[in-house]
Amino acid sequence: MDIKLTIDGKEVVVPQGTMLIDACRQAGADIPTFCYDPDLKLAGSCRMCVVQPKGWRNLVASCVTPAQNGMVIETDSPDVIESRKVVLELMLSRHKLTCHTCEKDGECNLQDYCYRYGVTESRFDGKVHNLFKDDSNPFIERDYDKCIMCTRCVRACDEITGARAINIMDRGHHAKISTAFDGELVDSPCVFCGQCIMVCPVGALTSKIAAGKGKAAQNDKVLTTCTYCGTGCTLELNVKNDKIVGVTSNRDPELSPVNRGALCVKGRFGWDFVNSPERLTTPLIKENGEFREASWDEALGLAAEKIKGIKEQYGPDSLSMFSSARITNEENYLAQKLMRAAIGSNNVDHCARL
Amino acid sequence: MAQEYRVLLEYADKINPESASDYIKVGGYKGLEKARSMNPKDLTEEVKKSGLRGRGGAGFNAGMKWSFVPQYPETKYVVCNLDEGEPGTYKDRIICQKNAQALLEGMAICGYAIGSNQGYIYCRGEYPFVVELLKNAIGNAKESGALGEFNIEVRMGAGAYVCGEETALIESIEGHRGEPRFKPPFPGVEGLWRMPTVVNNVETFACLPFILTKGAEWFAGIGAKSYPGTKVLTLTGDIENATYFEVPTDYLLRDVIYELGGGVKGGKKLKAVQVGGTSGAFIPPQNLDTPIDFDSMGAIGAALGSGAVFVMDETRDIVDIVNRIAKFFEHESCGQCTPCREGTFHCKEIMEKINNGRGSLKDIENLKVLTRVMVKASLCGLGQAAPIPITSTLTHFEYEYLRKLM
Ligand SMILES: Cc1cc2nc3c(=O)[nH]c(=O)nc-3n(C[C@H](O)[C@H](O)[C@H](O)COP(=O)(O)O)c2cc1C
Ligand code: SF4
Ligand code: SF4
Ligand code: SF4
Ligand code: SF4
Ligand code: FES
Repeated sequence: MDIKLTIDGKEVVVPQGTMLIDACRQAGADIPTFCYDPDLKLAGSCRMCVVQPKGWRNLVASCVTPAQNGMVIETDSPDVIESRKVVLELMLSRHKLTCHTCEKDGECNLQDYCYRYGVTESRFDGKVHNLFKDDSNPFIERDYDKCIMCTRCVRACDEITGARAINIMDRGHHAKISTAFDGELVDSPCVFCGQCIMVCPVGALTSKIAAGKGKAAQNDKVLTTCTYCGTGCTLELNVKNDKIVGVTSNRDPELSPVNRGALCVKGRFGWDFVNSPERLTTPLIKENGEFREASWDEALGLAAEKIKGIKEQYGPDSLSMFSSARITNEENYLAQKLMRAAIGSNNVDHCARL
Repeated sequence: MAQEYRVLLEYADKINPESASDYIKVGGYKGLEKARSMNPKDLTEEVKKSGLRGRGGAGFNAGMKWSFVPQYPETKYVVCNLDEGEPGTYKDRIICQKNAQALLEGMAICGYAIGSNQGYIYCRGEYPFVVELLKNAIGNAKESGALGEFNIEVRMGAGAYVCGEETALIESIEGHRGEPRFKPPFPGVEGLWRMPTVVNNVETFACLPFILTKGAEWFAGIGAKSYPGTKVLTLTGDIENATYFEVPTDYLLRDVIYELGGGVKGGKKLKAVQVGGTSGAFIPPQNLDTPIDFDSMGAIGAALGSGAVFVMDETRDIVDIVNRIAKFFEHESCGQCTPCREGTFHCKEIMEKINNGRGSLKDIENLKVLTRVMVKASLCGLGQAAPIPITSTLTHFEYEYLRKLM
């Protein structure tokens, strides 16, 4: 069933059960959010998305309030603006505001909303909690002095990855994100997938591997498919001066249909081999115990010739094909086809069986 | 002279609260019997008609709350809120200690109305002796057969004030962090273990047997029209008779203090009275001629809340008291939502600054903005009500703040 409501003077029609945030967006209102993430369970806790339903005593969080028939909503009344500003000021009052060196600079919700609402500083004297601790893991920087306690990382860790490595500890103003017993990620069930980085709306969680190589907001983004396994996750390569300097998530289901931005430790953090001087970049042929560089044509020709020779001398079953989980399904199909149809052997196996 | 009117506490100290047979001797479990002879829908209607409104603070019509519970799914729960975390409040403990069986009977009546066979009592962690008492009372009632199929389990809180909020309470029973859920969905539709759940206060449940035995009209005729019945009040602070009383709800606040309460301690003058617990408004002496019922209190910007009455004499330092209250809320915020998590902290910081003589007019201005946003934008009642002691004293006792400024 459809319901009708008025948002900022515009009439909108939405299906029953639609949350106000979607109805407001449909009406063209740009609702700011921190804790809301359409892929995660709702929290309704940051209170940034508040709007004013006419005749209601309090504001409501639009991300968790279902639209009702006949509602009249204002998304930028003085009360709404005041609340959002105060929420931002409350966050700033304990924030380690170091945008100039922050990896998130340029694509940070806190920064963007402070800009939007003209919040330069906080009326409320607070101080940074000094929660930053060096977490010895090689992948994830956890700087909770920039954390705004939206709990998206906690929910992503639980709901997307299923690791449940982190949760909230302590209460009130002292609440913080932590592993069990407030330890390091390596001692927790963390699998270093970095989904927490993906969902963090600010610079509290960032990649150590990409740190200092270029702010994500300023890098070129190139979509590609991860080569580590056959799942085929979409990676968003961060490219600067023709060099890969990082991997981020593209969460658009059209562009990242397999993984919707979610990655594993290899895809997200294991890209630095690309620029390694030790990396093989041409085929090598071994002659007299020494490798020498060769062209693809020469190398493939040599391999084909040797395989043919073995087949002629010892029969097709003297050959077997061992293929890899790092290639795609289609490539694996072609590999067994080559073995069965061209060489004539059923000796096909795969590393994923080991 | 205004008198106490005892309904829930009529047999206080005359019967053993653990004993079902004692209770039955004075007419107990007749209400449940009557309820079970009715159609559950009619029973809910009857409770609605009595005008009984929640005694836990929010003042919601009990029968109305039950009527939102859907018929399906079949698994439903009745939860009794005995968290009683509001400082200065101990009326639910008194009701249990004097008449525990009435609570059990009330829960069973609710269970029958909504189609639930399972009740939980969530008991304040500081009341282990009440847990004992209730367990014995439940055992006794089960043995006597009075409760029939209806089961009741007691769960113990761990000291968090916020766990008195019904959805945080539910989270706590489920074994999670005590954090309120956003509403809707309300517990009546999605509560304990995501099943339909009625959460009512001890006193609300304990009224039910009497409504059933004496009739909805009888109950509706007691006290204030819009909030009928009696209310158990607990008096604390600078008062001669610092004890509990049960009064009809149209009882005047002045009579609570000067008649039953015996007046301000030592014959001093009254400076303010805070009704409803720590989050209640500070009421100045000129508003004393107000009935204690929910709506009358609301009309003067106050709240009946839990029914705690905290009396402050003329020598008391309002700003210092509010500063202590601000500390309490800073400690008790669950930390989930931004306005309350950070707001309670800054309220405390600013109050402390003013109280220590380091505050300025700018601080008062900031306090006003901050509290306004907390009230309007916090996720649950804790953050929405925590500023009320500050805002009400800024309204009625502003000079106390001003004289402390730098
Ligand atoms: C912070 C907070 C603390 C609360 N503490 C209590 C409590 O200790 N006891 C209680 O009965 N209700 C308490 N409430 C109210 C409950 O959320 C709920 O409204 C009540 O239990 C419903 O019962 P009633 O309708 O019978 O009053 C509290 C509410 C808030 C927001
Ligand atoms: S997290 Fe955002 S606001 Fe904070 S320092 Fe980084 S860019 Fe600036
Ligand atoms: S890296 Fe993955 S597993 Fe580790 S905390 Fe983040 S989301 Fe959880
Ligand atoms: S670390 Fe980031 S995602 Fe996690 S709670 Fe803090 S701000 Fe939110
Ligand atoms: S208002 Fe306070 S207690 Fe309630 S959810 Fe928000 S932080 Fe928690
Ligand atoms: S985005 Fe709605 S409350 Fe956080």
